[in-house]
Amino acid sequence: MTLIDTDPLLRPSATRLWLVPVLSTLLGSATALLPFVVSAPVLPPLGLLMVLAWRLLRPEMWPAWVALPLGLADDLLSGAQIGSAMTLWTITFLAIDVADHRPMWRDYWLDWGLAGIAIMFCTLGAWALEGFAEGVGLLWPVVPQIALAILVFPAVARLCARLDRWRLTR
Amino acid sequence: MAPPRHRDRGFSRRIQYGLFFGYVAATAGIVAGLALLLIARFNPVTFDGIRGLALDLTTPIASAARPIVRGADSLGQEIRDYLNAGAQNSALRDQLVQARRDLIRARVLAAQNAQLKRIVKLVESDPTVVATARIVGSDLVGSRRFATLAAGSADGVQRGQPVRTPDGLVGRIAETGRHAARIVLLTDGGSTVPLRIVRTGEPALADGRGDGTLELRATGGVHAFQRGDLLVTSGVGGVYPPDMPVAVVVTTSGEIATGRPLANPAKLDFAIVLPEAMAPPPVAPPAGRTHR
Repeated sequence: MTLIDTDPLLRPSATRLWLVPVLSTLLGSATALLPFVVSAPVLPPLGLLMVLAWRLLRPEMWPAWVALPLGLADDLLSGAQIGSAMTLWTITFLAIDVADHRPMWRDYWLDWGLAGIAIMFCTLGAWALEGFAEGVGLLWPVVPQIALAILVFPAVARLCARLDRWRLTR
Repeated sequence: MAPPRHRDRGFSRRIQYGLFFGYVAATAGIVAGLALLLIARFNPVTFDGIRGLALDLTTPIASAARPIVRGADSLGQEIRDYLNAGAQNSALRDQLVQARRDLIRARVLAAQNAQLKRIVKLVESDPTVVATARIVGSDLVGSRRFATLAAGSADGVQRGQPVRTPDGLVGRIAETGRHAARIVLLTDGGSTVPLRIVRTGEPALADGRGDGTLELRATGGVHAFQRGDLLVTSGVGGVYPPDMPVAVVVTTSGEIATGRPLANPAKLDFAIVLPEAMAPPPVAPPAGRTHR
């Protein structure tokens, strides 16, 4: 390694800085591809959990429109109607931006609460939009999934923090 | 902890403009997304290309890992079988004797049936098989009940064709890629199948409920269903070939009953794609119930 290559501040490469959050979110969305065949939604929407965890952990990292391509990828991977996660995730991002502008105290519990509201909004919204576009079944199979997603969120946030630490160290 | 201050990015014009245009882009994106949903609502065939491509790209991952999962799945059953071997053996022997008697009776009936059909010169179209392929996964997260099939338009699979296993009807092809296709399972909320109650011959309808069961509605009277009734496709509507086993009635309440599909989605390995029983109408009806 020559002297010019070395960054005096020991900053990680720019590619890693943006690729890690995007890739981890895509991987979360890709859990929909796990080869199980089930008769009710059993997995929490990990793509959504990942995107929320990153948004709440690093508010300055993403502009609100990043939710558009990530939501589109989630729609394509999970086979949902194109546009549903795209719309819902972006609305969520804008809402969190509004919440960030309120001069209120923020702590772990408040972040969890925000994430909980966002999860409920996105899951119920996805159910309603599917119903609008093609027709869905009953609402109650979705309820345990929402509860599970809210309970799993702190673990996903932890994972995000781990990834973030690795992302920022050289 | 103090409130985050990250949104105050100083007085730099460039950064302020950047933030502003970010919001404009996000709002425009929401409008575009809603427009896409509207298009999907009124012309469901529009996005077949891109959705099929995504399906093609993602299916190999699932199909590679499926045998491992199936192996782990059946391990518990195999251990239990080993422990119960003795009791199971005698029970199975009893069952076999009974089944053999039933088989002989069924053969007599089949011969009689064929004879009767010859007498009335009934023409039956014998459905040929379009493709036989593995089922490699299903939608684990979303609220629709889809399964992924490892055969696509390159194998002759087309939107709307019925899919079955030896146990019974599974569902219908919702969309196809070149080498993969998505099946709407019977239990999906957007699926409706015309049926016949075997015991009485009365017509019935099965709507998916999205939780692994079917809602059965009889058109013929209040006490049409009994627990344990077998339902087969009636062939009405020309999509599903007649007399395919579909479901068993589990509970009844008046005109509506709950049914369990005979083909258990979790145990599906291979599925058979059949051609539509009749030529489709000019614009193929989409899988959704709301369009009909």
